[in-house]
Amino acid sequence: MAIGKIFVANRGEIAVRIVRAAQELGIATVQAVSAADETMLAARLADETAKVGPAHASKSYLNADALIAAALETGCDAVHPGYGFLSENAAFAAKVEAAGLIFIGPKPETIAKMGDKAEARREAQLAGVPTVPGSDGIVKDAAAAQAAAGAVGYPVMIKAAAGGGGRGIRIADDADQLASLVPQASAEAKAAFGDGGLYLERFVRRARHVEVQILGDGERAIHLYERECSLQRRRQKVWEEAPAACLTPGQREELCASAVKLAERVAYRGAGTLEYLFDEASGEFFFIEMNTRIQVEHPVTEMVTGVDLVAWMIRIAGGEKLSLSQADVALRGHAVEARINAEDPAADFRPHPGTASALEVPGGMGVRFDTMLYAGYQVPPFYDSLLGKLIAHAETREAAIARLARALGELTVEGLPTTAALHLALTRNDDVRRSAFHTGWLEEWLKGRPLADDRVEPGQARMDQTEAGKEGR
Amino acid sequence: MTKTTIEAPIPGTFYRAPSPEEPVFKNVGDAIAVGDTVGLIEVMKSFTPVVAEAAGTLVAFHVENEDAVMAGQPLYDLEA
Repeated sequence: MAIGKIFVANRGEIAVRIVRAAQELGIATVQAVSAADETMLAARLADETAKVGPAHASKSYLNADALIAAALETGCDAVHPGYGFLSENAAFAAKVEAAGLIFIGPKPETIAKMGDKAEARREAQLAGVPTVPGSDGIVKDAAAAQAAAGAVGYPVMIKAAAGGGGRGIRIADDADQLASLVPQASAEAKAAFGDGGLYLERFVRRARHVEVQILGDGERAIHLYERECSLQRRRQKVWEEAPAACLTPGQREELCASAVKLAERVAYRGAGTLEYLFDEASGEFFFIEMNTRIQVEHPVTEMVTGVDLVAWMIRIAGGEKLSLSQADVALRGHAVEARINAEDPAADFRPHPGTASALEVPGGMGVRFDTMLYAGYQVPPFYDSLLGKLIAHAETREAAIARLARALGELTVEGLPTTAALHLALTRNDDVRRSAFHTGWLEEWLKGRPLADDRVEPGQARMDQTEAGKEGR
Repeated sequence: MTKTTIEAPIPGTFYRAPSPEEPVFKNVGDAIAVGDTVGLIEVMKSFTPVVAEAAGTLVAFHVENEDAVMAGQPLYDLEA
């Protein structure tokens, strides 16, 4: 049952990505738009648009009934949820199916199972995938947490079973601290997610974040190698790479094979990502959670494997079997992605909506810019600050970083500050160039206020002037 | 008695309470002191309090909870 018309139940750059993939497959698109998004790029590119509610996401992109009604009214036969919003909401996926539409993603049962982190962890253990030492499921109170933490080993992380995006996480160094943090964490989880369930995990200091991309057709699954996303600020990824430079070839094969085992165990359908912590000191990796959707950083994987992940999501949802075998997937070179956000890196990353009065997009070999920007676009203040992702691909990591620096130098967004200046500084940093970092590195580095520094090194004067010009607007 | 209309300082989403589970910061009829928080404006997932710069009695809101506001749009009326 091939798909004829897709309803894009998302916005921003990922909506653009989905519309483009559909167009290349000869599939019509209807773009959902809130009252604040009628002029967005995906709305311009799609065949049709459908109003789904007011600016506030809870009344539009999070309003399952409004989205499904709009999809049915416009004659769509499938819904792509993108990332964020309702993409990992099993009830939404089930409602889409109940309305007779195809949900472009895993089965609702898989989303529910893998979205519950305690259950996902149990599935991983049953598949023989290493997990971070942790509590056996939910800990019901402070005493139970202390008993579990004795076996896990301190320091421990207290996490919300229904949480996500790093919210609600606390770290306890000893039993006393744990006892005082558990009630707070439970109350906060209850308020934020409607579920106060908590579980514990060993906290690995100086961990690196690696994740494996999976594609499955409900029977067979393959991996598309891994990404590293250790450069994070406030637990949000800032810069991503493929492959992970910190792994040996042996570790890579072992890691990726473990992800396939878990994906096949849950009969995974569509694109998914298994996130792991990698302890560089011991060489151990531990499964943390699965994202049952396309991810922001998927392009780095596409660049090093040549596989169009979004197109495959659509083809699989339309009933095609995965024609790729594991042997068909080969790594070629290295790719780096810089998230370009509407934030001012010189002012503690304050978000800054506004009008992109002029735009110059980088080009040339190995450069890709997935963005929602166009010249004259008014970036609304109601949603995420992600404007786009600048991706550079080259034969080696060193060359990819040099290419990213060159491309960042060509990028001009007038009218609002962006995080391009942060990324340019990262491309010049020795630790970044040597891949000597961990998930806490970026925040530590930012404490030294490197972006407030106005030293101009010889040979870099031209680029710095360009940057100073951008910041002066 | 003079009535003053207070405008949104920045564009974003206006909230009358710190979270959906908590009571609103201020109701119509409440006394407002300088420095009181009257609402929040969310800009790209970051929250900025709307802090009163003048004292008086809150007599009307021009926007509802979770409404989209533009910079300069009337938020509430104060009588002093």
